[in-house]
Amino acid sequence: MDDERLIPVTMPKWGFAMTEGCIGNWLITEGGTVEAGGEVLDVETDKIAGAVEVTSSGTLRRAVAQPGETLPVGALLGVIAPADIPDSVIDEFVCQFQKDFVPEEAVAEDRGPQPESVTAGDVRVNFLRLGSGKKTAVLLHGFGGDLNNFLFNHSVLAEQHTVYAVDLPGHGSSSKTVGDGSIASMAATIQQLLLELGIARADLVAHSMGGAIALQLTKTEPGLVNSLVLIASAGLGPEINAGYLRGFTESRSRRELKPHVQQLFHDPSLVTRQVIEDLLKYKRLDGVQQALQTILDSFIEGETQAAAVSRQALEPGGVPSLVIWGADDRIIPADHARGLPETVEARVLEKCGHMVHMEGAAAVNRLILDFWSG
Amino acid sequence: MARTITFKEAIHEALDQEMARDETVIMMGEDIVGGLHADGEDDAWGGVLGITKGLYAKYGDRLLDTPISESAFIGAAVGAATCGLRPVAELMFIDFMGVCFDQIFNQAAKFRYMFGGKAETPVVIRTMVGAGFRAAAQHSQGLYPVFTHIPGLKVVLPSTPYDAKGLLIQSIRDNDPVIFCEHKLLYSIEGDVPEESYAIPFGEANFVREGDDVTVVALGGMVHVAGEAAEKLAGDGIQCEIIDPRTTSPLDEDSIIESVEKTGRLVVVDESSPRCGMAADIASLVATQAFDSLKGPIQNVTPPHTPVPFCDELEDLYIPDAAQVETAVRRVAAGG
Repeated sequence: MDDERLIPVTMPKWGFAMTEGCIGNWLITEGGTVEAGGEVLDVETDKIAGAVEVTSSGTLRRAVAQPGETLPVGALLGVIAPADIPDSVIDEFVCQFQKDFVPEEAVAEDRGPQPESVTAGDVRVNFLRLGSGKKTAVLLHGFGGDLNNFLFNHSVLAEQHTVYAVDLPGHGSSSKTVGDGSIASMAATIQQLLLELGIARADLVAHSMGGAIALQLTKTEPGLVNSLVLIASAGLGPEINAGYLRGFTESRSRRELKPHVQQLFHDPSLVTRQVIEDLLKYKRLDGVQQALQTILDSFIEGETQAAAVSRQALEPGGVPSLVIWGADDRIIPADHARGLPETVEARVLEKCGHMVHMEGAAAVNRLILDFWSG
Repeated sequence: MARTITFKEAIHEALDQEMARDETVIMMGEDIVGGLHADGEDDAWGGVLGITKGLYAKYGDRLLDTPISESAFIGAAVGAATCGLRPVAELMFIDFMGVCFDQIFNQAAKFRYMFGGKAETPVVIRTMVGAGFRAAAQHSQGLYPVFTHIPGLKVVLPSTPYDAKGLLIQSIRDNDPVIFCEHKLLYSIEGDVPEESYAIPFGEANFVREGDDVTVVALGGMVHVAGEAAEKLAGDGIQCEIIDPRTTSPLDEDSIIESVEKTGRLVVVDESSPRCGMAADIASLVATQAFDSLKGPIQNVTPPHTPVPFCDELEDLYIPDAAQVETAVRRVAAGG
């Protein structure tokens, strides 16, 4: 099968724990055309629902996976190829792929990359490193999140780059001690982390509160930051949905938490039982409640962001920056993507909420990769 | 970070972490040390099934081996709780609680109420429940509904290693008396459990599985039996929503009703005796609070109203199995 015009669409691996996915609906029909980066079908895992994107343009010649089927990571879902290739060649390709395919579990000798941790200052920071290549990127999540928030982005960005996804202090599997919980202290921890990991200059990709941390780090240590991608970022204006932040922090049960978390998405049905259960498992850990409260008390003042960190880093002459927002962001308004210096590339994606890097993963990944290569 | 450990290890870890965190936590029970008071591996039993093995070497005399007199040491634990300690008493089998009912029902459960809220009784009684252990009628009962019946007691019935650790930590930190029921057949099951300490609040049901067709409320070991049935039923297009209340007192009534309002159908699976049992209680809750949502009659899956048989074949017949759950679900799914 050396015909490069035949492109297999395979079951993606979203996060290192994923081993299989359940097929949802095809988003294009057999014979339909798709652009590179386009989404072709829905897949659901026990953690999350998402869409599979393709890397090359072409015609969907075969929809191999059927809705309702559960298939392992790497399994053949469909075939993209030019319209003029004969059906017999496509059939032979499918046949050969299925014959050669060995599911990851069966291979078994490699459990894939595992998270690691280093001590940065007085915080043990948990991180997951994927890939190696041209850029050294660091992904910073938002308030109450963890490195898995980037599960649709991390492996795609790591195809040609070295990409670290980090659990911020008080979050994920990092220490739950957060000091004064300020943006400045978390920025100092990230600075220390870069030092420990021997990263001289990083390309930062930061979401929400992580964006405020990235802006702060850029302001105090501009030499450490090669470029900035700010996704639905804090620190670019005073408005923020303080009710969401307080509600998320105070919720102790599934029933309390769910309506708050649904505000993060344009499509609230993405908030599955498992998403809520994973958040509750995090929130129940000793020290988390206090860590979140400490960060929150420092992060907001009344109904607004306590310190609009400043757009200084984005001024001409500062680091190259890309700003991405979901048009339907109910946490930090998409208006904050407007009125930025002309040198800053700003994109607002329709039908996406605050978690635009999950809901619009294909588009966000493409924007970041284009920005890095441009 | 979470890693895979057994139900038994999860309980041990909860005890270990709480004893390390809070020096007022002590333990009492029969053979929980082992009688020899020797060091290291020689500290013998660690309880009849070895749950507390190794803790004596770490915490010394904060673990007390007691005489075989439940009425005496449960009374002592209740008294110690009112005086500022947080005792975790191990009363081997729930079947033996009968000899210390006064200490539990009339003393521990009543102090907060009788003293106008000025007294707290933070005692935990850990105990084994359930059939399937070939241990006959006096060591196999699921008597948790008896304790659920008493206001002032909290009753916990974990079904997974994750829940066992988080609920036991919550039990120890709780300021009221808690009956913590461990199903004997669950000790060897494995699951992901965080290394860190965490507490799962009482009265918060776990949605084990989401589904739109039939609500299945299952408790303790029956959660796994219900899961097995649900897996099979899903193959035929019947989607069960399995709810594990995790605590029978307090009971998460809202989650059960919310689910029945969605599905319109209810099956309750419980291993306690059917008369005045949890299945009867939950069926009554739904019949009185959510009758208008029901599309058909409720089905309860329970053992028969007999002592647990000693004969292996009869004991297997006694315990509700996945086939019975499947039949009940198909029956309610066909109605309405």
